[in-house]
Amino acid sequence: MDASDIRRALHRIAHEITEQTEGADGVVLVGIHTRGVPLANRLRDAIGSFEEAWVPVGTLDIGLYRDDLADRPVTNLAKTSLPVDINDRTVVLVDDVLYTGRTVRAALDALADFGRPAAVRLAVLVDRGHRQLPIRPDYVGKNLPTAAGERVSVHLEDTDAQEGVWIHQRGEDE
Amino acid sequence: MSFLGIEGHDRADLEVILDLADEFTEVLNRPIPRVPALQGKTVAHVFYESSTRTRLSFERAAKALSADVMNFAPGGSSVSKGESLKDTVLTLKAMGPDLMVVRHGSAGAPTRVAAWTGLPVVNAGDGAHQHPTQAMLDSLTIRRRFGKLDNLRIGIVGDIRHSRVARSNVAAFTTLGADVVLVAPRTLLPVDSREWPVTLSESLDEVIGDLDVVYLLRIQAERGGASVFPSLPEYVSRFGLTNRRFAAMNPEAVVMHPGPMNRGIEIADSVADDERALVLDQVANGVAARMAVLFWLLGGERSG
Repeated sequence: MDASDIRRALHRIAHEITEQTEGADGVVLVGIHTRGVPLANRLRDAIGSFEEAWVPVGTLDIGLYRDDLADRPVTNLAKTSLPVDINDRTVVLVDDVLYTGRTVRAALDALADFGRPAAVRLAVLVDRGHRQLPIRPDYVGKNLPTAAGERVSVHLEDTDAQEGVWIHQRGEDE
Repeated sequence: MSFLGIEGHDRADLEVILDLADEFTEVLNRPIPRVPALQGKTVAHVFYESSTRTRLSFERAAKALSADVMNFAPGGSSVSKGESLKDTVLTLKAMGPDLMVVRHGSAGAPTRVAAWTGLPVVNAGDGAHQHPTQAMLDSLTIRRRFGKLDNLRIGIVGDIRHSRVARSNVAAFTTLGADVVLVAPRTLLPVDSREWPVTLSESLDEVIGDLDVVYLLRIQAERGGASVFPSLPEYVSRFGLTNRRFAAMNPEAVVMHPGPMNRGIEIADSVADDERALVLDQVANGVAARMAVLFWLLGGERSG
């Protein structure tokens, strides 16, 4: 995927979200750090470009909810901030790549500590398969069949120098 | 890896802990102020000196990270039957904690506990030596107020000789870039304070207008602090933060105190209740700072 593929995919997802929520009424976009955050901001901008709606965007760092915490070094935690009360709203979790589903599982646990949304949906730029948990996306930019040994990297201008989605063999330089 | 003192930790370490603590202050403001980060871990609190507030703060921190807590206090335990510190902590270790938080009246005791048990140990205060989590919560409180510590002028006032808080805070504040001035009668300065990276003053009136933070210490009667100056009224007249001295402070400057406060001695009653006295912010930040230290030691690879 190149920059314009990403833009088109996000616009389609923005339309799907507004279609299913009657104009994004009561929707909160919640970006999962790191790259879910700029993607959530772009979805808000896309929705705002054709709908009379400025959807609130929150951010979630799921570092404290990981089930593999013991295997990872302590890294700095990023900001978790939900600008509105999520009770009885529709939360759309946004992430770049959906893989095992464990990040989303952790995000669901984190959300439950903030309240009880009316519904939680999942939007991802890339679904690369290989789920280890019963989790499925509601909005997908692109389905990208991969082998477990491969790595998918999403680069966005906001966090990286360039923009696009690449598949690498493990061990290969990005 | 343990957290026994500020010495031995560089600026990068301290900033990692402060950054974590910043995020934990957010966690503590959530509707459900608890995260599962240390689920399945057990923290043993081994307090040979009574300290209700510090122990409660550690307990709150451990529980907010979903860790389990074992509390040990020597009163009524086998310590009163003559058991040694080493046998006591090895007995506790056999019950399977992942980390020990140790407070002891003797300098160096937490270091010995770490060596005997091989467990990560957090020093919760040892004699007049170190109290590093206090230094982290104070640094956090100052950073959240001013954005950074670099080039701030911090005056630590009072019984510095008997204060582990002063020792740890000098190390943390200077490592984080602040200028520290110790303000005390010569009899309340430690003998080695001329070698510390600080300036010394015997007059609070001379420095008060230049300070961004006025950090007051309690006269520690239980450690002999009251016997080295002529009288309390004389101490108050020279080193107490009276209303007159508070008025002479920079309007942006703040007052801090590790507690418990002696109102009317080191701090005037109305100053203690002023919104520029951050004493309760310090207490609140203490939970977040201790969460950060526990998570830093137990969350992730470092524990292995």
